Amino acid sequence: MRIPCPHCGERGGEEFSYLGAADPQRPMADAPMQAWHDYVYLRDNPAGAHRELWQHVHGCRRWLVVTRDTRSHAIAGVHDAKRLRLGDAVE
Amino acid sequence: MTYSFLRLAAEALRGNTGWQPAWRDPEPKPAYDVLVVGGGGHGLATAYYLAREHGISNVAVLEKGWIGSGNAGRNTTIIRSNYLLPGNEAFYEHAMKLWEGLEQDLNYNAMVSQRGVLNLFSSDAARDAAARRGNAMRLHGVDAELLDTAQVRAMHPYLDFDNARFPIKGGLLQRRGGTARHDAVVWGFARAADRRGVDILQNCEVTGITVADGRVTGVETTRGAIAARKVGLAVAGHSSRLAAMAGLRLPIESHVLQAFVSEAVKPLLHGVVTFGAEHFYISQSDKGGLVFGGDIDGYNSYAQRGSLALVENVMEACMAMLPMAGRLRVLRSWGGIMDMSMDGSPIIDRSPIDGLYLNSGWCYGGFKATPASGWCFAHTIAKDAPHALNAAMRLDRFATGALLDEKGAGPYPNRH
Repeated sequence: MRIPCPHCGERGGEEFSYLGAADPQRPMADAPMQAWHDYVYLRDNPAGAHRELWQHVHGCRRWLVVTRDTRSHAIAGVHDAKRLRLGDAVE
Repeated sequence: MTYSFLRLAAEALRGNTGWQPAWRDPEPKPAYDVLVVGGGGHGLATAYYLAREHGISNVAVLEKGWIGSGNAGRNTTIIRSNYLLPGNEAFYEHAMKLWEGLEQDLNYNAMVSQRGVLNLFSSDAARDAAARRGNAMRLHGVDAELLDTAQVRAMHPYLDFDNARFPIKGGLLQRRGGTARHDAVVWGFARAADRRGVDILQNCEVTGITVADGRVTGVETTRGAIAARKVGLAVAGHSSRLAAMAGLRLPIESHVLQAFVSEAVKPLLHGVVTFGAEHFYISQSDKGGLVFGGDIDGYNSYAQRGSLALVENVMEACMAMLPMAGRLRVLRSWGGIMDMSMDGSPIIDRSPIDGLYLNSGWCYGGFKATPASGWCFAHTIAKDAPHALNAAMRLDRFATGALLDEKGAGPYPNRH
């Protein structure tokens, strides 16, 4: 698998480190325990398009949100996670 | 038809014309007492023990492909019960005891071979961890021996003991561990369940789970709707997808695990050996090929193929431990989809929906658990409550905090 890093260009997948699904949102500190349980443990785990967090550890070290098909590893989009969070249009 | 030496001799004289298919190929009935989704080892064992232990034989096993086409046919065939945590160890030891009597029980040669499982270590800290694990095993009445370098050398002289980076300092040996023939296990359970009246429905993919008033009423399949008041899911690798049909989200990610087999050679490596410095395990099949594997690729995957980076990693670990393997050619490799749970341990439990039961989250370890998994899941379905052996493998442990985290790696499925 090759991931097109928005900062470094297309690189081999072994340059990147995987965290997991990008969609779970961290609850507020005083959120009920159920919300924390769902955030920490429950996953959609789809067979198909999956938004996920990768870090380009052997490159720019930026966290990226990658949209990848878990059946084919085809990548539909890669965005810088922080700039995505700040609402910047990326690419 | 019972298999025996007498039968073999009689068939030899009759030109092998009297053999029958090992199980029937029935049409689905409109309703069953229990449906088991997934015709792998766990699902078939569940159906078998439902009939044998609980007298429930109006059971169907629904398999989307054919028997032996999934992970049952793509694993490294190792059986062992060398776990650390109390919630796991008694369960896996129960599996080991069932393996020891399985062939007589099923009247089928599953080629169970207790050739020993040896976990090597390369540092003082790893020796301490191995000693702790061995003591935990012995406290549960399971055999474990801590070997020093000389004892390991006597067993496996061809290992790279003086590797500059990972010298072999000894190993933890479970002599009762070993291997079983993976295909024969599913075939044996399929035949034994069928003989007790269980319908095995192949090419029957579940496309929906019907729920009314919080209670399961049946499933939709590619061969029509089938009603049942109890449905057990034993579809590790795809548990999230099946659970989603009933509106559930699980503490599971699906990952691909690769395995490899070399060309066949004469007996070379007796026993299962694992490499302490990296995740790597190897044994030799009765056919002669070295069967080995390593880590999962590390990212969510439903593709039954792995990455080359992991292939390189596994081969490097193999060469560091067993340099002579470098003279062999890899014959083939394959990838299977695992349920990686959030704490690295399985879930055998009821679900929040009445009549729907979960057997999932097997991570790397499903094969060795096959008989005990079916045995406990059958109990959980029949009694609507877990057995003491799977009482710790609850779904709600992630909410209560009673996790079964053997490695202490935290809620990261790709770290287990």
